[in-house]
Amino acid sequence: MSAFSVDESGSFQHLIDTVLLDYTLTTLQVIAGVLVLSLCFALPSAWFIACCEFPSRKVLQWALMLPLALPPYIVAIVYTDLLDFSGPIQGFLRDFMGWQSVGDYYFPDIRTTSGAIVILALTLYPYLYLLLRGAFLGQSGGLFQAARSLGLSPFQAFKRVSFPLSRSAMAVGLSLIAMETLGDFATVNYFAVNTLTTAVYDTWLELGSLTTAAKISSLMLLALVILITLESYSRRKQKIYQRSGATHTDLRFVLSGWHKWTVLSGLWLLLSLAFLLPLCVLIYYAIGYFSESLNEQLWQYTLNSFWLAIIVAGLALLVALVVNFYQRLSPGLAAKMCIRLSSLGYAVPGTVVAIGVLIPFTSLDLWFNQQLIEYSFSRVGLIFSGSLFILIFGYLMRFSAIAVGSIDSSLAQVSPTLDMASRSLGQSVGQTIRRVNFPLIKKGMLTAFILVFIEAMKELPTALLLRPFNFETLATYVYQFVSDEMIEYAALPALLIVLMGLIPFIVVNRLLEKDC
Amino acid sequence: MFSKKTLTRGATLVALTATSFATLAEEVNIYSFRQAFLIEPIMEKFTAETGIKVNILFAKKGLIERVKREGELSPADLVLTTDISRLVKLTSQDLTQSVNSDILNKNIPTQYRDPENQWFALTTRVRNIYSSSERVGPVEITYQDLAKPEFKGKICTRSGKHPYNVSLVASVIAHEGEADAKVWLEGVKANLARKPQGNDRGQVKAVKDGLCDYALGNNYYLGKMVNNPKQVSWAEAVSINFPNQKTTGSHVNVSGVVLTKYAPNKASAVKLMEFLSGDVAQQMYAEVNYEYPVKVGVKPSKLVASWGEFKADTLPLADIAKQHKAAVKLLDEVKFDL
Repeated sequence: MSAFSVDESGSFQHLIDTVLLDYTLTTLQVIAGVLVLSLCFALPSAWFIACCEFPSRKVLQWALMLPLALPPYIVAIVYTDLLDFSGPIQGFLRDFMGWQSVGDYYFPDIRTTSGAIVILALTLYPYLYLLLRGAFLGQSGGLFQAARSLGLSPFQAFKRVSFPLSRSAMAVGLSLIAMETLGDFATVNYFAVNTLTTAVYDTWLELGSLTTAAKISSLMLLALVILITLESYSRRKQKIYQRSGATHTDLRFVLSGWHKWTVLSGLWLLLSLAFLLPLCVLIYYAIGYFSESLNEQLWQYTLNSFWLAIIVAGLALLVALVVNFYQRLSPGLAAKMCIRLSSLGYAVPGTVVAIGVLIPFTSLDLWFNQQLIEYSFSRVGLIFSGSLFILIFGYLMRFSAIAVGSIDSSLAQVSPTLDMASRSLGQSVGQTIRRVNFPLIKKGMLTAFILVFIEAMKELPTALLLRPFNFETLATYVYQFVSDEMIEYAALPALLIVLMGLIPFIVVNRLLEKDC
Repeated sequence: MFSKKTLTRGATLVALTATSFATLAEEVNIYSFRQAFLIEPIMEKFTAETGIKVNILFAKKGLIERVKREGELSPADLVLTTDISRLVKLTSQDLTQSVNSDILNKNIPTQYRDPENQWFALTTRVRNIYSSSERVGPVEITYQDLAKPEFKGKICTRSGKHPYNVSLVASVIAHEGEADAKVWLEGVKANLARKPQGNDRGQVKAVKDGLCDYALGNNYYLGKMVNNPKQVSWAEAVSINFPNQKTTGSHVNVSGVVLTKYAPNKASAVKLMEFLSGDVAQQMYAEVNYEYPVKVGVKPSKLVASWGEFKADTLPLADIAKQHKAAVKLLDEVKFDL
């Protein structure tokens, strides 16, 4: 059976000789495309929401984050159904224009690299939007006003004051999006786009070469780490701490005339494409197949997903606080490494993370059981790798990055002089953290919790592979049908994923609004 | 992250739960590459007959790695999978054990089980070539024809890397050698109407939409589409053809089962294997999933039977599986999916 013996040496060379270059170029193309497009979506919307006043601003302010609750692979399927040849849009065009067959007209194909870029950007831009909006809101409006009174146009003031001040948030947001894009498999795979992730899967699962798969993964991560480090190095001298005082909230521009209408239609169009339209399609399917898809287990799966997400979000927040305060209290290379390490899992595809965490925990289990036998106890089986423990750990590996990034950017806005003042007034480190830092980063903590919660609700590959027997989450249940192209049956549980994602969202939003 | 105390407490708690599960009634644990809802009706029948509970864990990727890592502690008794290459992979990585069962030996013909009884096929499926019933009609065709210039721009298929296609390519390598297989694969690639994408049903839909005239697809999808209100019109747009009838015969793949090396519930697991090879389960595979039963004497469903008899490729499955890696590499070399 030599065909399946592990062939470590040849497979990397084989990839280099054949498809590695294509995969690398496509990967770069997808990442660059998603970043640029997300920026185009997020930057203007965040700025208009934070700094301008126009009708429906209050609704849009939180609604623009809603696309986060939709799993990208579901959005991909919905859009493919809508836009492909037999979908309603092309069907309507054919009826309307009297076209007959494929050859009669041109219609862009969604199952392409561009299609994947658009869908990923539509589902991922909220990360950037959220962070940028926070940054713009946190900037004191006085700075902007000063720039304006010194003769700058609004655009110049934006370019020379607001924009540089938001660079840290932008960097965090963009790197989160880049990581999520690198780690995505389901969406690009659905669009038949082959990226380096494809190479990781092929070499590991088909050619059986773990080393090659690990090599490619490490190279991908290395590239990302270099980029992130370069970015933070380039603004190493930039330390910005805001004094509270007049914020943009008090000094919003009131938009009127065609400005108002342009902004309004732009933002609502974005929201419709990224959230409302896919949601309506899901609701339409769910109603049509309601009786087939409603069953008793659905409630159990919802609860499973919910508790899992709550636990993971709580633990991720804890991890984020620990590493971030570690860096704040004893900055240095070690702390930096800690932050980077805790974030890497996000850029790795779920299945790879899953197999990755299986390795140490199965070893631990085997060792533990061996010990038990040596001390003449009976074996207990896979207590770590066969239980929810490993599932939670796998999720943490995947999603800590989001919490770490979110705490990082909100802690960055708290001036260390506050800590110094508190310490010099006799407060201990713990008291300073609790009484000075925590209240100031409350918003960031809630955001971190919510984002991880939503990601955990959507997470599929880690759950699929690491779960114990008879344990379904909404996402794994959805996948059973989706993998057989039966999206109609998956619509109701998919809607539940979205709804469950909205609950903490609304709760936290309420909390934050009370605050303001 | 966790204090030692919490860890110990947690471990004890989980250990207690684990042991209490172990003392429950008889059960069988399955790692399944096949969707749970496909096999659940069959398992329910088994539980009703024997009282043995069946636990299923379904995933499409990574299950072999999981069994391997779990080693002697693995809770899995059986791995259920489609595609011969996975069965052989499990066996060659020493994750299986042989089963000596008269019932299995009687029910499953020799060519559908491992010579050392490490794996057993339960159903077979044909890699068909669908043709547009409107523009082409039923045709006599070979896989080799798909590389001919007159098929330019007329062929649709899912990703070449999907196990079903990898095995087809592997079978061509096994028959003709790597060099000829490469020329053939390049020819097919040049004839594709679009980049490989979607699944087998998607290709039939593409034929209906007029994007292509021929599509590669497994036989049972047609059965499923006929019974799906939304997809029945796709099914009606194609004719099903059994390729290579005058030459080597149609490429046939299998779904099958292995008993894991450290199966904790061996006796019950073997009972389930025997059940799966028996009349009741074989009939259900045929009726519910439109696959061909391996057991001699069990008839395929009426619909499947209506597609007619066909000549199957007689090359031993193990020979095809041996070319799996070569096939994956060949698909990269000709950049089939790009």
